Amino acid sequence: MTTVAQEAGAPTGAAPPSDPGAAIVTSGLTKRFRGGQTAVDALDLTVPRGSVYGFLGPNGSGKTTTIRMLLGLITPTGGTCSLLGLPLALALPRVGALVEGPAFYPYLTGEANLRRFDAADPTASGATVRRRVGEALERVGLTAAAGKRYRNYSLGMRQRLAIAAALLGPRELLILDEPTNGLDPQGTREVRALVKEIAAGGTTVFVSSHLLAEVEQMCTHAAIMRTGRLVADGTIASLSGGLATRVSVETPDAADAARVLAALGLADVRSAAGAVTAELGGHAPERVNAALVGEGVAVRGLAVVRPSLEDVFVGLTGEGFDVDG
Amino acid sequence: MSTADTGTRTRRTPGLVPVTETLSTVERRPEEPSDRPAPLAPQAGRRAGAFWRLLVSELSLTFHRPRNLAMLAALATVPVIMGVSLRLFAGDDQVGGMIAAVAGNSLMLTFLALSALVLLMMPIAVSVVAGDALAGEAGGGTLRYLLAAPAGRTRLLAVKYLNAVVYAYAVTAVVALSALVTGLVLFPAGDVVLLSGTTVTMTDGLLRIALTVGYVGFALSAVAAVALAISAFTEVPIGAIAGTVVLIIACQVLRAIPALEAIAPYLLPTRFTGFDAVLRSPIDTGALTEGLLTFGAYIVMSLSIAWAHFTGKDVTS
Ligand SMILES: Nc1ncnc2c1ncn2[C@@H]1O[C@H](COP(=O)(O)OP(=O)(O)OP(=O)(O)O)[C@@H](O)[C@H]1O
Ligand SMILES: [Mg+2]
Repeated sequence: MTTVAQEAGAPTGAAPPSDPGAAIVTSGLTKRFRGGQTAVDALDLTVPRGSVYGFLGPNGSGKTTTIRMLLGLITPTGGTCSLLGLPLALALPRVGALVEGPAFYPYLTGEANLRRFDAADPTASGATVRRRVGEALERVGLTAAAGKRYRNYSLGMRQRLAIAAALLGPRELLILDEPTNGLDPQGTREVRALVKEIAAGGTTVFVSSHLLAEVEQMCTHAAIMRTGRLVADGTIASLSGGLATRVSVETPDAADAARVLAALGLADVRSAAGAVTAELGGHAPERVNAALVGEGVAVRGLAVVRPSLEDVFVGLTGEGFDVDG
Repeated sequence: MSTADTGTRTRRTPGLVPVTETLSTVERRPEEPSDRPAPLAPQAGRRAGAFWRLLVSELSLTFHRPRNLAMLAALATVPVIMGVSLRLFAGDDQVGGMIAAVAGNSLMLTFLALSALVLLMMPIAVSVVAGDALAGEAGGGTLRYLLAAPAGRTRLLAVKYLNAVVYAYAVTAVVALSALVTGLVLFPAGDVVLLSGTTVTMTDGLLRIALTVGYVGFALSAVAAVALAISAFTEVPIGAIAGTVVLIIACQVLRAIPALEAIAPYLLPTRFTGFDAVLRSPIDTGALTEGLLTFGAYIVMSLSIAWAHFTGKDVTS
């Protein structure tokens, strides 16, 4: 259900705002800042329960602004949004959030910081806080640094602590604004694994990112924002389904390979120095390979290239992924 | 996305309550009737002790912060310095009035110390805590996480104010206690001669000190309300603190201008030293009440402004 947003106000999600099956529903959500800038423009979004929903967009496209509105930090200038189909005050205790990077008290330890934010949740129990804080720290691998002051945490440790804070209670929805910011490759992979694990437990995850590859690896659904507007949304499969899977052959005999591929009936054959690509269509890659070898083409490598979200994005906008003003 | 099992995952997921569904993606569970029972884990609603828990957290932050403790310590040393220097100069016969009264009785140092410190030093200490209350959280970014927790804006404001009031009383109590102990060590104990010339027992004198502490604490609570209101408008804690202090100093200046005598009773600092009414016999309850009413008016006004602004404010830090 890839939807290319038409003019402002065109609803892209079918569900009404009260859809109990949706974790997040926004309808015509708009934020115009006092300076006159429209950061989010008539956003219609439906995040199904149980999904891992990637919220993509270049810097300044309005991702954080949307998340702030969802959490009630800023008031929309137009439209509505709802979390878990509940009034905000009832929904928020069930929602773990990371908004625009970590923010903690520098003079407190990691553990004391988590206790502080837990105390602010009126539904959390003081009797179980020690256990819950311990578990949250363990999940993000911070147990060893629990007693260290936040001031002395590294960037990655801070980011992990923020994720731990989002996991303090039983959550039905996690809203993570660029959770892998500042993490090393190992940490990035761990966060991805953590998100998948959390999703496997039934929690809906709404994760913003400007890293297309990351979203592709983690998410079941995605929405793409551009200058405050929704450009496309849907399942990852449906988003990239519009583009064909291609086969890429690495060979010194490019011309021969191209001829063989065309003879096999593959469409859109493109050859470059040392490589030929074509739309795979319904052909089995091993048959393609066999045909190439049978015709005496020296095949050095053969790969099936599935369309990436980046291809989708570029295809939709025809532009690079630059900062939105 | 995944061809993984569609059954229950046995993977350990600490910290996550097992929610009724175990399917991880929507693809695995396409198109369900929308009237299915909400998959909400039964979760406790608002807990009874939640407000106190947040207040305790706030108090513990305030009273563990080295800066706040240092201000209390600094305030505690002032009466000691005053007492020692008065003791050193008490030999001179030229001194009179309040100073002679202090030298003559151990309790008088408390009144002297409070009337000296209440003019600026104690309000500054309270402004630091109350001015930092919201602006500090906003500036540090922790405000967004408190509100997302969700602390609740009105609840957070109430907690912040109560915390500042406790600190205001702590400031007053620390000064009074330090002065009282210093006085008892350095000067003769016994009946107290009041400013009106009447002599009262030491017990009576201690009661009057308790009254004074109540009055000064309330005065500082009014300062805290003003500082909190300013704090709601900014993300720069230093701005809120300095703003409050400048306001107090400006009032002190205005109060000193004879032509502006008419507005003096409505200025907060005019009432700060109103507790000298307890040093008369009988106690001038009229003056005390007027002072308390002024403080009350400032508190109501400032908190209303703070509430009106803070509950509708965009938190963009
Ligand atoms: N408080 C504010 N006042 C005015 N404009 C703002 C404010 N906050 C954000 N904006 C503007 O709104 C737009 C969207 O900002 P937002 O922070 O939502 O982007 P983003 O998608 O989260 O970007 P990034 O990927 O860099 O985090 C930007 O153009 C930004 O300049
Ligand atoms: Mg952002």
